[in-house]
Amino acid sequence: MVKEANDVMTFDVSLIWDALDEVMDPEIPVVSMVEMGIVRDVKIENDAVIVSMTPTFAGCPALDVMRNAIVEKLHAIGIENVQVKTVLSPPWTSDWISEAARAKLKTFGLAPPPMHGGNIALYFDEPVACPYCNSTNTRVTNTFGPTLCRAIYFCRNCHQPFEQFKAL
Amino acid sequence: MPNDSLAQKILTLADDSFILGHRNSEWAGHAPILEEDIAFANLALDELGHAHLWYELYQELTGVEPDRVVFFRDANEWRNTQFVELPKGDWAFSMTRQYLFDLYENVLLEKLVNSTNERVRGIATKIRAEEIYHLRHTSNWVKRLGLGTDESHARMQNALNELWASALQLFVPLENETELIDANIFPDLKTLRDEWQDKTVSHLSASGLIVPRVLEPRAISRAQHTEHLAELLNDMSSVARLEKFGVEW
Repeated sequence: MVKEANDVMTFDVSLIWDALDEVMDPEIPVVSMVEMGIVRDVKIENDAVIVSMTPTFAGCPALDVMRNAIVEKLHAIGIENVQVKTVLSPPWTSDWISEAARAKLKTFGLAPPPMHGGNIALYFDEPVACPYCNSTNTRVTNTFGPTLCRAIYFCRNCHQPFEQFKAL
Repeated sequence: MPNDSLAQKILTLADDSFILGHRNSEWAGHAPILEEDIAFANLALDELGHAHLWYELYQELTGVEPDRVVFFRDANEWRNTQFVELPKGDWAFSMTRQYLFDLYENVLLEKLVNSTNERVRGIATKIRAEEIYHLRHTSNWVKRLGLGTDESHARMQNALNELWASALQLFVPLENETELIDANIFPDLKTLRDEWQDKTVSHLSASGLIVPRVLEPRAISRAQHTEHLAELLNDMSSVARLEKFGVEW
């Protein structure tokens, strides 16, 4: 069925990306879902905007919140027909987190994950720098944290507990 | 294509992860230390997440929605192993079970990432990265407890004695599984069992534990369950069953 082209066709895809770059990760409100590499693709088809997103961890309970936030944002800039698709392949990797986002994670008290190039296990014993004082005199207290994507550390230098965004 | 055997197989993977996830969630607020309370909550959530991915594929193959599959089946319709439905026991029991399961998933996923079925491959690749954290955590704890105090050692050995024969059910093939093996969708569970056994026996021995000399799985059919599954389902689905037409949370 061929649909009439309407207003949505006049939207520049880059404007949609800009809007999505203002939708923050619900669990880390200093970075956007675009910077996190969660939004994978934006397409305009007929009168609809189709956004593809991918979960960080499969069991992430924030998925629905993220999906709704995307829809709300695009509604707010005047796009009515928004479809959010979840894609699994290629699977999300923390290597997709942008440089800018890594710096912002630190300001939020989260140590960014190492760039691992697909081999997470290689970095398990690498020292993790404290996001507050940059010391690497730190120890892991729990590889599982308050969310699926975080591990808990303690800084022996500034005596501050902190979290790391886990490599995936 | 053997779509029906694929759907049946996918359901077993989903059900095993789901029920184990539920059992792990029972540790919330009860684990011996706070860190493990958090860890088991994470393990539980991960397993539920993995189950959800398999249930979505099951829906694509059969049209049946995940909520319907999870909340409205009776115990005899579930296809999980008895291994995952046994009550959580003491912490040594839950830890040993999670370790044995993690290693099973580890050897299985290593094969599934090369499945000829694109969806199976995609899901397996996604899950595998997360499972690295599980196996690392549980194998460390198995060693720590196995080589720990007399009491921790005794509890681990008891857990292993109780669990080993049940764990072997994970390697019992379904009726039409050869179709899936021939199509290179799934690996042969016989080969997988050997690999799993080599790895577990070597790690358990290094942890001061003795693997029971049992070769036969405690249960064969995935349609047969202990009384514990019905109890679990009753507990889990009572709210959903009160409001059959859907609850807005």
